[in-house]
Amino acid sequence: MQKKRVVFNYPSHLVDQPVISKLVKDYDLTVNILRARITPKEEGRLVLEMEGKRSALEAGFNYMKEIGVDVQPLAQDVKWYEDRCTHCTACISVCHPKALDVDRKTMEVSFKRDKCIACELCIPVCPYQAMEILF
Amino acid sequence: MAKTIEEINEKIRKGKAVVLTAEEIIDYAAEKGVKKATQEVDVVTTGTFGPMCSSGAYFNVGHSKPRIKLGGGKTYLNDIPVYTGLAAVDFFLGATAMPEDDPRNKIYPGKFSYGGAHVIEELVAGKDVRLTATAYGTDCYPRKSLETYISLKEMNEAVLFDVRNAYQNYNVAVNLSDRVIYTYMGVLQPKLANANYCNAGQLSPLLNDPYYKTIGIGTRIFLGGGVGYVVGSGTQHNPNVARTEKGVPKMTSGTLSVKGDLKMMSPKWLRGTSYTGYGVTLTVGIGVPIPILDEEILKFTMIKDEEILAQVVDYSDAYPQFIPGSLGEVNYKQLKSGKITVQGKDVPTSGLSSYVKAGEIARILKEWIEAGKFFLTQPVELLPSVDSGIAFKSLKERPIKKRH
Repeated sequence: MQKKRVVFNYPSHLVDQPVISKLVKDYDLTVNILRARITPKEEGRLVLEMEGKRSALEAGFNYMKEIGVDVQPLAQDVKWYEDRCTHCTACISVCHPKALDVDRKTMEVSFKRDKCIACELCIPVCPYQAMEILF
Repeated sequence: MAKTIEEINEKIRKGKAVVLTAEEIIDYAAEKGVKKATQEVDVVTTGTFGPMCSSGAYFNVGHSKPRIKLGGGKTYLNDIPVYTGLAAVDFFLGATAMPEDDPRNKIYPGKFSYGGAHVIEELVAGKDVRLTATAYGTDCYPRKSLETYISLKEMNEAVLFDVRNAYQNYNVAVNLSDRVIYTYMGVLQPKLANANYCNAGQLSPLLNDPYYKTIGIGTRIFLGGGVGYVVGSGTQHNPNVARTEKGVPKMTSGTLSVKGDLKMMSPKWLRGTSYTGYGVTLTVGIGVPIPILDEEILKFTMIKDEEILAQVVDYSDAYPQFIPGSLGEVNYKQLKSGKITVQGKDVPTSGLSSYVKAGEIARILKEWIEAGKFFLTQPVELLPSVDSGIAFKSLKERPIKKRH
Protein backbone atom coordinates (compact mmCIF):
# COMPACT_ATOMS: atom_id res chain seq x y z
CA MET A 1 0.00 0.00 0.00
CA GLN A 2 1.15 3.53 -0.80
CA LYS A 3 0.05 6.97 0.27
CA LYS A 4 0.36 10.09 -1.87
CA ARG A 5 -0.60 13.74 -1.43
CA VAL A 6 -1.52 15.36 -4.70
CA VAL A 7 -3.14 18.41 -6.24
CA PHE A 8 -5.71 17.92 -9.02
CA ASN A 9 -6.42 20.81 -11.37
CA TYR A 10 -9.77 20.40 -13.10
CA PRO A 11 -10.76 22.10 -16.34
CA SER A 12 -14.16 23.79 -16.07
CA HIS A 13 -16.07 21.10 -17.99
CA LEU A 14 -15.17 18.49 -15.37
CA VAL A 15 -16.11 20.51 -12.31
CA ASP A 16 -19.64 19.07 -12.15
CA GLN A 17 -18.59 15.48 -12.92
CA PRO A 18 -18.36 12.72 -10.26
CA VAL A 19 -14.67 12.09 -10.86
CA ILE A 20 -13.48 11.17 -7.37
CA SER A 21 -16.14 8.50 -6.88
CA LYS A 22 -14.68 6.77 -9.95
CA LEU A 23 -11.29 6.66 -8.27
CA VAL A 24 -12.88 5.06 -5.22
CA LYS A 25 -15.10 2.54 -7.01
CA ASP A 26 -13.05 1.58 -10.06
CA TYR A 27 -9.52 1.83 -8.67
CA ASP A 28 -10.14 0.84 -5.06
CA LEU A 29 -8.42 3.91 -3.63
CA THR A 30 -8.97 5.47 -0.22
CA VAL A 31 -9.40 9.18 -0.73
CA ASN A 32 -9.14 11.91 1.88
CA ILE A 33 -10.01 15.36 0.53
CA LEU A 34 -7.91 17.99 2.34
CA ARG A 35 -9.04 21.03 0.38
CA ALA A 36 -11.37 21.78 -2.48
CA ARG A 37 -11.97 24.99 -4.31
CA ILE A 38 -13.54 26.25 -7.51
CA THR A 39 -11.91 29.41 -8.83
CA PRO A 40 -13.88 32.35 -10.26
CA LYS A 41 -13.12 31.03 -13.75
CA GLU A 42 -14.74 27.75 -12.67
CA GLU A 43 -11.61 25.69 -12.70
CA GLY A 44 -11.44 23.23 -9.85
CA ARG A 45 -8.54 22.61 -7.49
CA LEU A 46 -8.49 19.67 -5.15
CA VAL A 47 -5.87 18.73 -2.58
CA LEU A 48 -6.13 15.15 -1.44
CA GLU A 49 -4.42 12.22 0.12
CA MET A 50 -4.81 8.92 -1.72
CA GLU A 51 -4.01 5.49 -0.44
CA GLY A 52 -3.98 2.20 -2.33
CA LYS A 53 -1.86 -0.36 -4.13
CA ARG A 54 0.98 1.14 -6.13
CA SER A 55 -0.49 -0.17 -9.39
CA ALA A 56 -3.94 1.12 -8.52
CA LEU A 57 -2.56 4.57 -7.71
CA GLU A 58 -0.74 4.68 -11.00
CA ALA A 59 -3.83 3.58 -12.91
CA GLY A 60 -5.92 6.16 -11.04
CA PHE A 61 -3.52 8.97 -11.91
CA ASN A 62 -3.47 7.84 -15.55
CA TYR A 63 -7.25 7.91 -15.64
CA MET A 64 -7.25 11.47 -14.26
CA LYS A 65 -4.69 12.60 -16.82
CA GLU A 66 -6.69 10.97 -19.64
CA ILE A 67 -9.85 12.87 -18.81
CA GLY A 68 -7.87 16.12 -18.69
CA VAL A 69 -7.08 16.64 -15.02
CA ASP A 70 -3.61 17.99 -14.26
CA VAL A 71 -1.96 15.96 -11.47
CA GLN A 72 0.87 17.36 -9.35
CA PRO A 73 2.47 16.30 -6.10
CA LEU A 74 1.38 18.59 -3.24
CA ALA A 75 4.94 19.51 -2.28
CA GLN A 76 5.39 21.69 -5.37
CA ASP A 77 2.72 24.13 -4.29
CA VAL A 78 3.89 24.83 -0.76
CA LYS A 79 6.94 27.02 -0.30
CA TRP A 80 8.94 27.84 2.80
CA TYR A 81 11.33 30.68 2.07
CA GLU A 82 14.10 29.89 4.50
CA ASP A 83 15.85 33.23 3.95
CA ARG A 84 12.69 35.10 4.99
CA CYS A 85 12.15 32.91 8.07
CA THR A 86 13.51 34.43 11.29
CA HIS A 87 12.84 31.30 13.38
CA CYS A 88 10.50 33.28 15.62
CA THR A 89 8.26 30.17 15.95
CA ALA A 90 4.99 32.11 15.44
CA CYS A 91 3.78 29.34 13.09
CA ILE A 92 4.55 26.41 15.37
CA SER A 93 1.43 26.33 17.53
CA VAL A 94 -0.99 26.51 14.56
CA CYS A 95 0.68 23.77 12.49
CA HIS A 96 -1.09 20.66 13.76
CA PRO A 97 0.53 18.10 11.42
CA LYS A 98 3.92 19.50 12.61
CA ALA A 99 5.13 20.20 9.09
CA LEU A 100 6.53 23.39 10.58
CA ASP A 101 8.45 22.19 13.57
CA VAL A 102 11.04 23.55 15.96
CA ASP A 103 14.12 21.89 17.42
CA ARG A 104 13.64 22.77 21.09
CA LYS A 105 17.37 22.67 21.77
CA THR A 106 18.39 25.21 19.14
CA MET A 107 14.93 26.80 18.68
CA GLU A 108 15.45 26.49 14.92
CA VAL A 109 12.37 26.12 12.73
CA SER A 110 12.26 23.62 9.87
CA PHE A 111 9.65 22.71 7.26
CA LYS A 112 8.88 19.08 6.53
CA ARG A 113 7.14 19.18 3.19
CA ASP A 114 5.67 15.68 3.30
CA LYS A 115 3.73 16.44 6.47
CA CYS A 116 2.05 19.59 5.10
CA ILE A 117 -1.68 19.32 4.40
CA ALA A 118 -1.88 22.80 2.83
CA CYS A 119 -4.41 24.03 5.40
CA GLU A 120 -2.96 27.56 5.01
CA LEU A 121 -3.19 28.37 8.73
CA CYS A 122 0.48 29.42 8.73
CA ILE A 123 -0.03 32.05 6.01
CA PRO A 124 -1.69 34.82 8.08
CA VAL A 125 0.36 33.87 11.13
CA CYS A 126 3.83 34.39 9.58
CA PRO A 127 4.81 38.09 9.98
CA TYR A 128 7.67 37.75 7.46
CA GLN A 129 5.72 36.28 4.54
CA ALA A 130 7.98 33.23 4.63
CA MET A 131 5.20 30.76 3.74
CA GLU A 132 3.57 30.69 0.35
CA ILE A 133 0.94 28.34 -0.98
CA LEU A 134 0.07 28.67 -4.62
CA PHE A 135 -3.65 28.07 -5.05
CA MET B 1 38.49 43.96 42.82
CA ALA B 2 36.16 46.01 40.69
CA LYS B 3 37.02 46.68 37.04
CA THR B 4 36.51 49.86 35.05
CA ILE B 5 35.34 50.39 31.46
CA GLU B 6 38.80 51.82 30.65
CA GLU B 7 40.50 48.66 31.92
CA ILE B 8 38.17 46.49 29.83
CA ASN B 9 38.77 48.63 26.73
CA GLU B 10 42.51 48.33 27.27
CA LYS B 11 42.15 44.54 27.24
CA ILE B 12 40.00 44.74 24.08
CA ARG B 13 42.72 46.83 22.45
CA LYS B 14 45.32 44.19 23.33
CA GLY B 15 43.04 41.41 22.10
CA LYS B 16 42.93 39.94 25.62
CA ALA B 17 39.34 40.64 26.67
CA VAL B 18 37.34 37.59 27.73
CA VAL B 19 33.86 37.80 26.24
CA LEU B 20 31.00 35.35 26.72
CA THR B 21 27.39 35.48 25.53
CA ALA B 22 24.56 35.73 28.06
CA GLU B 23 23.88 32.06 27.32
CA GLU B 24 27.48 30.90 27.77
CA ILE B 25 28.00 32.78 31.05
CA ILE B 26 25.32 30.73 32.83
CA ASP B 27 27.23 27.44 32.92
CA TYR B 28 30.66 29.09 32.94
CA ALA B 29 30.02 31.09 36.11
CA ALA B 30 28.18 28.22 37.79
CA GLU B 31 31.25 26.05 37.25
CA LYS B 32 33.97 28.59 38.10
CA GLY B 33 32.17 30.33 40.90
CA VAL B 34 31.10 33.97 40.98
CA LYS B 35 34.39 35.35 42.32
CA LYS B 36 36.64 33.64 39.77
CA ALA B 37 34.24 34.27 36.87
CA THR B 38 34.08 37.98 37.74
CA GLN B 39 37.88 38.20 37.66
CA GLU B 40 38.11 36.31 34.38
CA VAL B 41 35.20 37.58 32.31
CA ASP B 42 35.21 41.16 31.00
CA VAL B 43 32.06 41.40 28.92
CA VAL B 44 28.80 39.46 28.54
CA THR B 45 26.98 40.05 25.24
CA THR B 46 23.20 39.98 24.93
CA GLY B 47 20.84 39.99 21.95
CA THR B 48 17.25 40.35 20.86
CA PHE B 49 15.49 40.22 17.49
CA GLY B 50 11.82 41.01 17.67
CA PRO B 51 9.07 43.29 16.38
CA MET B 52 9.48 46.82 17.79
CA CYS B 53 6.75 49.20 16.60
CA SER B 54 8.12 52.47 17.99
CA SER B 55 10.92 52.49 15.45
CA GLY B 56 11.61 54.79 12.54
CA ALA B 57 14.24 56.74 10.68
CA TYR B 58 14.97 60.33 9.78
CA PHE B 59 16.51 61.41 6.52
CA ASN B 60 18.01 64.43 4.84
CA VAL B 61 17.66 63.89 1.10
CA GLY B 62 19.60 66.92 -0.11
CA HIS B 63 18.28 70.03 -1.89
CA SER B 64 16.84 69.83 -5.38
CA LYS B 65 17.42 72.46 -8.04
CA PRO B 66 15.28 74.57 -7.92
CA ARG B 67 14.66 74.04 -4.23
CA ILE B 68 11.54 72.53 -2.67
CA LYS B 69 10.20 72.85 0.89
CA LEU B 70 8.72 69.48 1.75
CA GLY B 71 7.31 70.76 5.06
CA GLY B 72 3.68 71.80 4.83
CA GLY B 73 3.11 69.57 1.82
CA LYS B 74 2.96 65.84 1.35
CA THR B 75 5.94 63.54 0.91
CA TYR B 76 6.07 59.79 0.30
CA LEU B 77 8.67 57.03 0.01
CA ASN B 78 7.22 54.20 -2.11
CA ASP B 79 3.75 55.67 -1.41
CA ILE B 80 4.29 55.56 2.37
CA PRO B 81 3.66 59.01 3.88
CA VAL B 82 6.48 60.49 5.94
CA TYR B 83 6.38 63.24 8.58
CA THR B 84 7.60 66.55 7.16
CA GLY B 85 7.08 68.95 10.08
CA LEU B 86 10.79 69.74 10.07
CA ALA B 87 13.11 71.88 7.91
CA ALA B 88 12.93 71.86 4.08
CA VAL B 89 14.38 68.44 3.19
CA ASP B 90 14.40 66.59 6.54
CA PHE B 91 11.68 64.07 7.25
CA PHE B 92 10.85 61.12 9.50
CA LEU B 93 9.53 57.75 8.37
CA GLY B 94 7.71 55.70 10.99
CA ALA B 95 7.90 51.91 10.90
CA THR B 96 4.12 51.47 11.16
CA ALA B 97 3.18 54.01 8.45
CA MET B 98 1.19 52.55 5.56
CA PRO B 99 0.01 53.69 2.13
CA GLU B 100 -3.00 56.03 2.23
CA ASP B 101 -4.97 53.64 -0.01
CA ASP B 102 -4.19 50.52 2.04
CA PRO B 103 -7.62 49.08 2.97
CA ARG B 104 -6.43 48.61 6.58
CA ASN B 105 -8.99 46.41 8.33
CA LYS B 106 -11.86 47.30 5.99
CA ILE B 107 -11.35 43.85 4.54
CA TYR B 108 -10.91 42.05 7.84
CA PRO B 109 -8.34 40.89 8.74
CA GLY B 110 -6.11 43.27 6.79
CA LYS B 111 -2.83 41.97 5.40
CA PHE B 112 -0.67 45.07 5.91
CA SER B 113 1.85 43.66 3.50
CA TYR B 114 3.80 46.89 2.95
CA GLY B 115 4.61 49.86 5.16
CA GLY B 116 7.29 52.13 6.57
CA ALA B 117 9.28 49.22 8.00
CA HIS B 118 9.47 47.59 4.56
CA VAL B 119 10.77 50.85 3.07
CA ILE B 120 13.49 50.92 5.74
CA GLU B 121 14.43 47.30 4.92
CA GLU B 122 14.60 48.06 1.17
CA LEU B 123 16.68 51.21 1.68
CA VAL B 124 19.11 49.33 3.91
CA ALA B 125 19.31 46.62 1.23
CA GLY B 126 20.60 49.33 -1.13
CA LYS B 127 17.46 49.47 -3.28
CA ASP B 128 16.06 52.54 -5.00
CA VAL B 129 12.80 53.88 -3.58
CA ARG B 130 10.41 56.42 -5.11
CA LEU B 131 10.51 59.84 -3.44
CA THR B 132 7.39 61.79 -4.41
CA ALA B 133 6.25 65.11 -2.98
CA THR B 134 3.94 68.03 -3.45
CA ALA B 135 4.62 71.39 -1.81
CA TYR B 136 2.96 74.81 -1.58
CA GLY B 137 5.93 76.78 -2.86
CA THR B 138 7.59 79.87 -1.37
CA ASP B 139 9.84 82.61 -2.72
CA CYS B 140 12.93 80.76 -1.47
CA TYR B 141 11.60 77.23 -2.19
CA PRO B 142 9.61 77.71 -5.42
CA ARG B 143 9.22 74.13 -6.54
CA LYS B 144 5.83 72.48 -6.05
CA SER B 145 6.37 68.87 -6.99
CA LEU B 146 9.07 66.24 -7.02
CA GLU B 147 9.32 62.69 -8.34
CA THR B 148 12.60 60.82 -8.25
CA TYR B 149 14.27 57.57 -7.32
CA ILE B 150 16.59 57.78 -4.35
CA SER B 151 18.82 55.33 -2.51
CA LEU B 152 20.44 55.43 0.89
CA LYS B 153 23.92 56.28 -0.37
CA GLU B 154 22.60 59.39 -2.16
CA MET B 155 21.18 60.87 1.03
CA ASN B 156 23.12 63.15 3.36
CA GLU B 157 21.92 61.50 6.54
CA ALA B 158 19.86 58.40 7.17
CA VAL B 159 19.48 57.59 10.85
CA LEU B 160 17.47 54.88 12.58
CA PHE B 161 15.87 56.51 15.61
CA ASP B 162 13.65 54.31 17.75
CA VAL B 163 11.77 55.80 20.67
CA ARG B 164 10.99 52.46 22.32
CA ASN B 165 12.85 49.18 21.73
CA ALA B 166 14.06 46.13 23.61
CA TYR B 167 11.24 45.82 26.16
CA GLN B 168 12.45 44.30 29.40
CA ASN B 169 10.07 41.33 29.57
CA TYR B 170 6.65 41.10 27.95
CA ASN B 171 3.15 39.66 28.29
CA VAL B 172 2.17 36.19 27.17
CA ALA B 173 -0.94 36.71 25.03
CA VAL B 174 -3.95 34.38 24.98
CA ASN B 175 -7.54 34.61 23.75
CA LEU B 176 -10.39 33.58 26.06
CA SER B 177 -13.15 34.56 23.60
CA ASP B 178 -14.81 32.24 21.11
CA ARG B 179 -13.53 33.91 17.93
CA VAL B 180 -10.08 34.25 16.35
CA ILE B 181 -8.47 37.60 17.19
CA TYR B 182 -5.70 39.40 15.29
CA THR B 183 -3.35 41.34 17.56
CA TYR B 184 0.13 42.80 17.73
CA MET B 185 0.90 39.59 19.61
CA GLY B 186 -0.06 37.59 16.52
CA VAL B 187 -3.10 35.54 15.61
CA LEU B 188 -4.71 34.19 18.76
CA GLN B 189 -6.97 31.17 18.43
CA PRO B 190 -10.22 31.10 20.45
CA LYS B 191 -10.77 29.42 23.81
CA LEU B 192 -7.17 29.46 24.96
CA ALA B 193 -5.94 27.39 22.02
CA ASN B 194 -2.51 29.06 21.78
CA ALA B 195 -0.24 31.45 23.69
CA ASN B 196 2.26 33.88 22.12
CA TYR B 197 5.27 35.36 23.92
CA CYS B 198 7.80 37.94 22.77
CA ASN B 199 11.13 38.08 24.54
CA ALA B 200 14.56 36.50 24.18
CA GLY B 201 14.56 35.51 27.88
CA GLN B 202 18.05 34.77 29.20
CA LEU B 203 19.66 36.47 26.16
CA SER B 204 17.56 39.64 26.40
CA PRO B 205 19.59 42.84 27.03
CA LEU B 206 17.64 44.44 29.88
CA LEU B 207 16.97 41.13 31.66
CA ASN B 208 20.75 40.75 32.07
CA ASP B 209 21.10 44.15 33.72
CA PRO B 210 17.74 44.36 35.47
CA TYR B 211 18.46 47.54 37.50
CA TYR B 212 20.32 49.27 34.61
CA LYS B 213 23.59 49.46 36.52
CA THR B 214 25.66 49.55 33.32
CA ILE B 215 23.29 50.72 30.55
CA GLY B 216 22.54 54.38 29.95
CA ILE B 217 22.83 57.36 27.64
CA GLY B 218 25.70 56.75 25.25
CA THR B 219 26.00 52.98 25.66
CA ARG B 220 27.41 51.67 22.37
CA ILE B 221 25.40 48.73 21.02
CA PHE B 222 24.83 46.39 18.07
CA LEU B 223 21.91 47.95 16.18
CA GLY B 224 20.42 46.56 13.00
CA GLY B 225 23.69 44.91 12.01
CA GLY B 226 25.69 48.12 12.53
CA VAL B 227 26.78 50.16 15.51
CA GLY B 228 24.31 52.29 17.42
CA TYR B 229 23.90 54.04 20.73
CA VAL B 230 21.41 54.09 23.56
CA VAL B 231 19.84 57.56 23.51
CA GLY B 232 18.16 57.08 26.88
CA SER B 233 15.27 55.20 28.39
CA GLY B 234 12.54 54.47 25.86
CA THR B 235 8.94 55.64 26.11
CA GLN B 236 6.85 53.78 28.72
CA HIS B 237 10.09 52.96 30.63
CA ASN B 238 8.64 51.73 33.90
CA PRO B 239 11.18 50.33 36.36
CA ASN B 240 8.77 50.26 39.31
CA VAL B 241 7.01 46.93 38.81
CA ALA B 242 6.96 43.68 40.78
CA ARG B 243 10.32 41.92 40.57
CA THR B 244 11.65 38.49 41.51
CA GLU B 245 14.18 37.97 44.32
CA LYS B 246 16.93 38.33 41.72
CA GLY B 247 15.56 41.70 40.64
CA VAL B 248 14.05 40.63 37.33
CA PRO B 249 10.77 42.37 36.45
CA LYS B 250 7.82 39.97 36.28
CA MET B 251 6.11 42.05 33.59
CA THR B 252 6.74 44.78 31.02
CA SER B 253 9.20 47.22 32.53
CA GLY B 254 12.28 49.03 31.21
CA THR B 255 12.75 50.10 27.57
CA LEU B 256 15.48 51.65 25.42
CA SER B 257 15.53 54.51 22.96
CA VAL B 258 18.28 53.93 20.40
CA LYS B 259 19.82 55.50 17.31
CA GLY B 260 22.36 54.56 14.69
CA ASP B 261 23.55 55.23 11.15
CA LEU B 262 21.24 53.35 8.75
CA LYS B 263 23.96 53.34 6.10
CA MET B 264 25.95 50.89 8.26
CA MET B 265 23.03 48.53 8.86
CA SER B 266 21.86 45.36 7.15
CA PRO B 267 18.46 44.16 5.88
CA LYS B 268 19.15 40.92 7.76
CA TRP B 269 18.77 42.75 11.06
CA LEU B 270 16.02 45.26 10.14
CA ARG B 271 13.02 43.41 8.75
CA GLY B 272 9.71 44.79 7.53
CA THR B 273 7.07 42.83 9.38
CA SER B 274 3.32 42.36 8.80
CA TYR B 275 0.87 41.38 11.51
CA THR B 276 -2.38 40.19 9.93
CA GLY B 277 -5.29 42.29 11.16
CA TYR B 278 -3.00 44.57 13.14
CA GLY B 279 -0.47 46.43 11.02
CA VAL B 280 3.13 46.90 9.98
CA THR B 281 6.10 46.89 12.31
CA LEU B 282 9.90 46.70 12.16
CA THR B 283 11.79 43.72 13.54
CA VAL B 284 14.98 45.13 15.00
CA GLY B 285 18.18 43.38 16.01
CA ILE B 286 19.78 44.80 19.15
CA GLY B 287 22.75 43.57 21.16
CA VAL B 288 23.96 45.27 24.32
CA PRO B 289 27.36 44.50 25.88
CA ILE B 290 27.34 44.22 29.67
CA PRO B 291 30.72 45.10 31.22
CA ILE B 292 31.46 42.78 34.16
CA LEU B 293 32.52 45.52 36.58
CA ASP B 294 31.86 43.57 39.76
CA GLU B 295 30.36 40.39 41.22
CA GLU B 296 26.87 41.84 41.49
CA ILE B 297 26.75 42.57 37.74
CA LEU B 298 28.10 39.11 36.91
CA LYS B 299 25.37 37.52 39.05
CA PHE B 300 22.72 39.46 37.12
CA THR B 301 24.05 38.11 33.81
CA MET B 302 23.72 34.53 35.11
CA ILE B 303 19.93 34.79 34.85
CA LYS B 304 18.30 31.67 33.33
CA ASP B 305 15.07 31.20 31.38
CA GLU B 306 13.46 29.33 34.30
CA GLU B 307 14.07 32.33 36.60
CA ILE B 308 12.33 34.84 34.33
CA LEU B 309 8.58 35.08 34.84
CA ALA B 310 5.95 36.57 32.55
CA GLN B 311 2.24 37.29 32.95
CA VAL B 312 -0.41 35.55 30.87
CA VAL B 313 -2.88 38.18 29.63
CA ASP B 314 -6.21 37.80 27.80
CA TYR B 315 -6.08 39.89 24.61
CA SER B 316 -9.79 39.43 23.82
CA ASP B 317 -10.96 41.48 26.79
CA ALA B 318 -8.51 42.36 29.58
CA TYR B 319 -5.91 43.99 27.29
CA PRO B 320 -8.23 46.00 24.98
CA GLN B 321 -10.41 47.14 27.89
CA PHE B 322 -7.33 48.01 29.98
CA ILE B 323 -8.41 45.75 32.84
CA PRO B 324 -5.39 44.97 35.04
CA GLY B 325 -4.63 41.44 36.15
CA SER B 326 -3.08 38.23 34.99
CA LEU B 327 -4.31 34.72 34.26
CA GLY B 328 -1.13 33.33 35.76
CA GLU B 329 2.64 33.39 35.75
CA VAL B 330 4.87 31.24 33.55
CA ASN B 331 8.62 31.18 32.99
CA TYR B 332 10.58 31.30 29.73
CA LYS B 333 11.80 27.71 30.04
CA GLN B 334 8.16 26.62 30.00
CA LEU B 335 7.36 29.01 27.14
CA LYS B 336 10.25 27.67 25.05
CA SER B 337 9.25 24.04 25.77
CA GLY B 338 6.22 24.61 23.51
CA LYS B 339 3.55 24.16 26.16
CA ILE B 340 2.30 26.04 29.22
CA THR B 341 -0.60 25.40 31.55
CA VAL B 342 -3.20 28.14 31.90
CA GLN B 343 -6.35 27.72 34.00
CA GLY B 344 -5.64 23.98 34.14
CA LYS B 345 -5.44 23.67 30.36
CA ASP B 346 -2.37 22.74 28.30
CA VAL B 347 -1.77 25.54 25.80
CA PRO B 348 0.75 25.35 22.92
CA THR B 349 3.16 28.31 22.74
CA SER B 350 4.74 30.29 19.94
CA GLY B 351 7.37 33.01 20.05
CA LEU B 352 7.38 36.29 18.14
CA SER B 353 10.94 37.22 19.06
CA SER B 354 13.58 34.93 17.51
CA TYR B 355 15.80 33.17 20.04
CA VAL B 356 17.97 31.84 17.19
CA LYS B 357 18.67 35.34 15.89
CA ALA B 358 19.12 36.75 19.41
CA GLY B 359 21.89 34.20 19.94
CA GLU B 360 23.45 35.09 16.60
CA ILE B 361 23.52 38.78 17.56
CA ALA B 362 25.15 38.02 20.93
CA ARG B 363 27.80 35.96 19.10
CA ILE B 364 28.45 38.65 16.46
CA LEU B 365 28.89 41.29 19.18
CA LYS B 366 31.24 38.92 21.01
CA GLU B 367 33.31 38.51 17.83
CA TRP B 368 33.45 42.27 17.26
CA ILE B 369 34.78 42.82 20.78
CA GLU B 370 37.26 39.93 20.57
CA ALA B 371 38.54 41.28 17.25
CA GLY B 372 39.12 44.71 18.77
CA LYS B 373 36.52 46.34 16.49
CA PHE B 374 34.04 47.34 19.18
CA PHE B 375 34.83 49.21 22.39
CA LEU B 376 32.61 49.79 25.40
CA THR B 377 31.45 53.23 26.46
CA GLN B 378 30.89 54.78 29.86
CA PRO B 379 27.28 55.99 29.89
CA VAL B 380 26.85 59.72 30.49
CA GLU B 381 23.93 58.86 32.74
CA LEU B 382 22.39 55.49 33.64
CA LEU B 383 18.76 54.70 32.81
CA PRO B 384 16.28 55.68 35.53
CA SER B 385 15.92 52.73 37.92
CA VAL B 386 13.62 51.72 40.79
CA ASP B 387 14.60 54.77 42.85
CA SER B 388 13.55 57.18 40.08
CA GLY B 389 9.97 57.54 41.28
CA ILE B 390 8.67 56.96 37.74
CA ALA B 391 4.97 56.07 37.74
CA PHE B 392 3.34 54.71 34.59
CA LYS B 393 0.38 56.91 33.69
CA SER B 394 -2.73 56.01 31.75
CA LEU B 395 -4.63 58.66 29.80
CA LYS B 396 -7.11 60.57 31.95
CA GLU B 397 -9.70 61.87 29.52
CA ARG B 398 -11.21 65.27 30.26
CA PRO B 399 -14.23 66.35 28.21
CA ILE B 400 -13.57 69.34 25.95
CA LYS B 401 -16.09 72.10 26.55
CA LYS B 402 -17.94 73.25 23.45
CA ARG B 403 -17.77 76.98 22.72
CA HIS B 404 -21.00 78.81 21.93
